[in-house]
Formats: sequence, structure tokens, C-alpha cells
Amino acid sequence: MAVVGGVVGGAIGYVLGAAGIMAIRAAVGARAWEVESVTAGAWLVAVSGWLLGVGAWKYWVSPWFGRPERTYATHGWRRYFDFDTDHKVIGIQYLVTFLVMFFMAGLFAMFMRWELMRTGEDVVNADQYNAIMSLHGTMMVFVAVAATVGAFGNYVVPIMIGADDMAFPKLNALSYWLVPPVLVALTVSFAFGGYDTGWTGYAPLSVQSDVGGLFYNLAFFTLGLSSIIGGLNIIVTVVTMRAKGMTWGRLPIFVWSIFITAMMSLIFTQFVALAMLMVILDRTAGMVFFDPASGGEPLLYQHIFWFYSHPAVYIMILPAFGITLEMISHFSRKPLFAYKWAVGALLGIMGLSSVVWAHHMFTSGMAESLRKPFLASTELISIPTGVIFLSALGTLWLGKIKFTVPMLFALGVLFNFLIGGITGVFLADVPVDIQLQDTYFVVAHFHYVILGGGIFGLFGGIYYWFPKMTGKMMNSGLGKLHFWAIMLGFNVTFLPMFVIGLQGMNRRIADYTPDLEPGNKMVSMGAFFLGSSFLIFIYNFIYSWARGETAPANPWGARTLEWQIPSPPPHENFEVPPIILADPYGYGEADSLHADMGIGTLEEAKDSERV
Amino acid sequence: MVASTVLPAEHETPRITINRFGLWLFFLSESMLFAGLLVARFGLLGTEVNEEVSQSIGLLVTVILLASSYSALRAEQAAKARDRAGLVRWLTLTLVMGAIFLAGVAYEWVEAFDAFPTSTTFGTLFFTMTGVHAFHVITGLVFLLILLFNAKAGRYDEDSWPVEAGVKYWHFVDVVWVFFYPALYLI
Repeated sequence: MAVVGGVVGGAIGYVLGAAGIMAIRAAVGARAWEVESVTAGAWLVAVSGWLLGVGAWKYWVSPWFGRPERTYATHGWRRYFDFDTDHKVIGIQYLVTFLVMFFMAGLFAMFMRWELMRTGEDVVNADQYNAIMSLHGTMMVFVAVAATVGAFGNYVVPIMIGADDMAFPKLNALSYWLVPPVLVALTVSFAFGGYDTGWTGYAPLSVQSDVGGLFYNLAFFTLGLSSIIGGLNIIVTVVTMRAKGMTWGRLPIFVWSIFITAMMSLIFTQFVALAMLMVILDRTAGMVFFDPASGGEPLLYQHIFWFYSHPAVYIMILPAFGITLEMISHFSRKPLFAYKWAVGALLGIMGLSSVVWAHHMFTSGMAESLRKPFLASTELISIPTGVIFLSALGTLWLGKIKFTVPMLFALGVLFNFLIGGITGVFLADVPVDIQLQDTYFVVAHFHYVILGGGIFGLFGGIYYWFPKMTGKMMNSGLGKLHFWAIMLGFNVTFLPMFVIGLQGMNRRIADYTPDLEPGNKMVSMGAFFLGSSFLIFIYNFIYSWARGETAPANPWGARTLEWQIPSPPPHENFEVPPIILADPYGYGEADSLHADMGIGTLEEAKDSERV
Repeated sequence: MVASTVLPAEHETPRITINRFGLWLFFLSESMLFAGLLVARFGLLGTEVNEEVSQSIGLLVTVILLASSYSALRAEQAAKARDRAGLVRWLTLTLVMGAIFLAGVAYEWVEAFDAFPTSTTFGTLFFTMTGVHAFHVITGLVFLLILLFNAKAGRYDEDSWPVEAGVKYWHFVDVVWVFFYPALYLI
């Protein structure tokens, strides 16, 4: 099987790379074996070996060396473990991989809350707590950055624009197969005792941390590579592969959100790769980027890191906005309100995303003159975000709302993100931020944004597109139970965090003063409830995939293209390339039709789309 | 009204346009990496240059790298004209010049380890910037080698896109050096 080939290729790559680095080290008179330098150098070769072994050689690179082209020939479940270039297979690979990462990271959160239930270090010690906290943060950020784009950006976007696949299918497979090494690096890091820097990996602590920290750098670097390649592919696909008649003004809002996310991935991710590279060089090559004693500058790390990682917040949230607006229109049976303004707002968020990074650094000791401009630019973000909300509310207004499971999640995004967004307005304010920096108020704020917004959007998307991806319906009773359980659990967990944050509870710490115990107990109880509610989802997801009712082509009565073809779609997606006649939100408008699917008459098409 | 219209063929974007667009986006993304390095260089040291950088080697490798862009261009033109012999000749010349560039950088590195080791700020920036650039030169040389191997076998007689892509990448690596050379040697 391909994965075995990948592991063998990766092992060979590591040995070759390590031998090369050790030879160089011996030549310059250093001790040949030193785990950090050797691993950092060998990583690139090992990842290349993994990619070649997993199928890149067989299906891609070998013709460059004069071997005959091979066409892809695996079928059935084995495709998911192979270098498959079908965007639908890759979408499911992404979804399942990142769900696994999500549940691993969730389990770490349970350990954190277990420790924090009482004062004192009673479950894990401070070092173990730091390692668990860092890994929880890193994995969750990776999930938030890549899960929705990877799963639905790959699976749904090409179908929504009427294409038969992505522009570069092999590149697409490459971007997915870069993800397993990320997971391996994080796991290996934990085996080495983890790292204590949190997901942000600030220098100089990250330069001084144990060898586990190196694997964090390598993991982030590799995920960055995957993200850049994936983003590039999505941009080219949306620009060049749209069906006839699919003008920019008719593009579904979800496609817009993924397209804009992809542009941010393409441009900004290089900076986090650079930040990781600099830390690796400081660690292994004796460089002094972040060493003030030798003329380096620790703040340089924060500037470069946040120049990516603040836009990354929008990489996490824009796809969720897209999913939310998409569902609110389909399930309110109304045209999307202020479509053009919503698109403009998404573009506006992208534009502003590059000029707000230093609001993470108000207390870092950076030049004071930078505070006001970054305060102002950050507050400006609330304007386009508000426009997104207006679009959602205007669509809901007087709509015939169907409270399906995905719709509940879309409304959940609106509710949670409102709290996350408004507390963000406070935090962007310099005097407030100086008080609240590194407290649980910040922790609560970004969980409302990323978990309450981004991850709720992801789960809404799963419930929405599951029938299309698997051909089976998910149980909607269990889905509703899951929704109300996580909505309740989420708010019971994170609302009190604002309060204990205001009371002075610091983040990233295993212990606290006894007066904070009642609040922390409540947070922990909420977290355990929240965590266990996902068991309902896991059961529903697996059971429905195996034994669920067969899904019709269009169970939601939605108008976008993916619902006009069978569930699951055939390999080439469309029998006949569709011709787009209008935007997909013409609910309640006489004689409106999104697409001519080229099957039967227009009248029949109108009947079937009306549902 | 019967709607089963066959899609007119001219609507589909030609493969070559898709490929070119992807390549240019890749350059855009990579530029950000190099821009970040330039920001770090000027952020940490302003316009300060270590006087021990070898101006003669710097100038020499720069001239050779720029000249190799010309021979790469001729290789692309030869591929488009289906001139197999010319393609092989110009690719070989480009490869040789690229290798000389790398040798020059390696020689400079050996000198630089003593003059300004990695534990100095200028050394950190110098080795990182030339190193990241040299890594791109090496990957470019690997692409050019594959092109040469296949050009000899006549695999680009029909479709010269791979040659175009490899050559454009080579130009891109050159353009990066046009920014890095003054930043490290002159300013």
C-alpha cells in the first residue's frame, strides 16, 4: 500500500539526509551526531522521501526521467490511503485527518481542565502542563487553519464552480500528503517531552527549549508548505476553471470565502515559514537572529510571526463566514442579502488583515508610536465584519427558516462570533489590552472566535455536505442533540473565562490562587460536558457513514451546483458541463434558474431545482 | 425549449494559461519569503555592511548569474523553435554558469566563516540569505538537469512548457539575487 511506501521512503530519506549532514559536520570538525542539527537537515529529505514513496514518484515524477506516464488505478477504500488526485478523495482525506487531529487536541484540553479544576499541581506537573497546553494550541490552530479549506475547499469548491477537478490535481494530492508528516512531527515532539512555548513559539524561549521545540518548528514549516500549495491551487482553479456563465458576480459566497482565504494563505504563509526557519537556524547553526546579546532582536520574531498569524485568524474564520452565509440563504429560502457588499467585506477583511499584526504586541516593548496606528487599523476590522453580520441578518429577516442541523450551526456561529468579535473590540484598545494581556479574557475571546466561529462553521459544513460526500444521511435527531450540547457546553466553558480573566487568571499556567477556584471549577465542568458532547458526533458520523439512510441528490433543496448531481458525485462530477444562468440564491424569484445542467429541458430543470 | 447544449470548446482555459498562472502565483508567494529576509536584514542592521565581504567574488558571481539568465532565455527560444541541438547547448551553458555561481558562493562561505561567523548579526543574515538563495539555485539546477536529460531524448519537441517553466524559475532566482546582491554587498 502507498502509505507503507511512504514510510519506507521517509525512513530512507531521513537516513540519507542525516548521513549528508553528518558528513558535512564531520568535515567542518563538529561532532557528527547531534540530534537537532541532523534532524533539522534531514527533515526536508525525509519529507521528500515520504512524498515520493507515497506515490509522487509513481504518478508524477517518474515520467520526468523518461519513464512512461501511469494513470491512476486504485479503487474503493484503498484510494484514501493512496496518492489519489481526485479532489473528492482529497477532500475526504483532509476531513478525516483533521478530525483525528481535532479530537487529539480536544483530549489534551480535557487534561488541561482536569489539572485546572483545583489549585495546586495535582494531576500533571507544570512542565507536563506546558507541553500539553502547547500541543493543544498548536494542533487546534492547524485544524482551524487547514480543516475547512482542505476538506470543503477541495471537495465542494470545484463542483460549485462547475469544474471536473482542481487545476493541478497532482499538486493537490501533494498538499494533502504533506499533512501526515506534520502529525508525525507533533507526536515525535511529545515523545521528546514536548515544548513549553505555546503555539506561538516566541523567541528566545523557543530557541532555548528542549528538542521537542524543534519538531514544533518543523511541523509548522511543513504545514505552511501544504497551505501555500493548496492556496495556489484553489486560486488557479477558481480563476480558470469556472463553468460557462459562472461570472464573478454569480459565484457562491462560500467559493468567494475560500478564494480569499487561499489568497491570504499564498501570500502570508511564507512569513511563518521564515520565522520557523530563523528559529531552527538559531537553534542548530548558532545564528543570532533573536539573541540580543549578539545584536539580534527577539521582537523580530513576533513581528514576522504575527505578520502571518494574524491573517491566519482570518484564514480560520472566513471559510466559516462563507459556510454560514451559504446556509442562511439556502435554509431561509431567500436570496443572500447584500451579496456584493458581503463579497466586498470579505475582500476588506483580507486587505486589513496585513496591517493589524502588532496588536498582539502592545505589551511586548515595541515602539510606543506603533500602538495607536495598530489600535485604529484593528478597530477598522469591525466594519467589514459587521457587514457580514448585516448580510446574514438581512437574509434571515422574514425568511422561511428551516431549522436543520447545519442551519443551527450557522446560527451558532452568529451568536458565538458576536461575543468573540465584540470582546475583540475591547482587546484592540491599548489601555484595556495592557490590563488583559495574557489573561483568560484573551483565551475566552479567541475561543469564541475560533472554536465558536471557525469550528462551529466546520461542523455545520460537515452536517451540510456529509450526504453529498458519503451518499448517506446523518441522523438529524442526534445532530440536533449534538448541536445543543456543544452550544451549551461551549458557552458554560468560555463565558466564565471572561470573568476569571478579569479577576486576573493568567493563561498558560498550571496553578492559580485559591480565590479563582470556583470560576475554574465551572469552566472545567463545562469543558468536560463540551468534550463528551463530541462523542455523540463521533457515533453519528461513523454510524451514519456505515449504516445511514441513502441520501438523495438534493436533501436540502439547495440550488448550488453540488446538489444538482448525484450523491456521491461520479468521478467526473458532471455528465455534461453545466451552463450557469444566474446566481444560486434566486429563492422565491419567479423563473429563476441557477444552472442548465444539460440534462432534459429547462422546464424540467426548473421543476427539479425548485424542490 | 431544449437545453442540452454542448459546451463550446473555446470557453475552456488553455492548459498552458493555467500552468503559467500557477507558476506566477508561485513566484508571488516565494517573493514574500525573500521580502521577509530583506526586512530582517534592514531591520536588524540598517544599511550596515561588513567590510570583509569579498567585492570581487560578489561581482563575479553576479555577472555570471545574470549571464546565465541570457543563456537560459536562448534555451527557451531554441525549445520553441524545436531546435534540439540549440536547446541542449544553451541548457548546458546555463548549467555550467549556475554551477560556477554556486562554487563562488561556496568559496565566499569558507572565507566568511572566519571573517564574520554565524554568531555575528551580519554573519547570521549573510549565511541565511545566501543560503536560502543558494537552495533555490540548487533546485533550479536540478530542474535544468532534468530538462537537459529529457531534451537530449527529444521529449520537448512537441511541448516546450517544461523548458519554459524551468527557465522562468531560473530567471526568478536571478531576479532575487538582483535584490540580495546590493543588500549584502553594496548598500
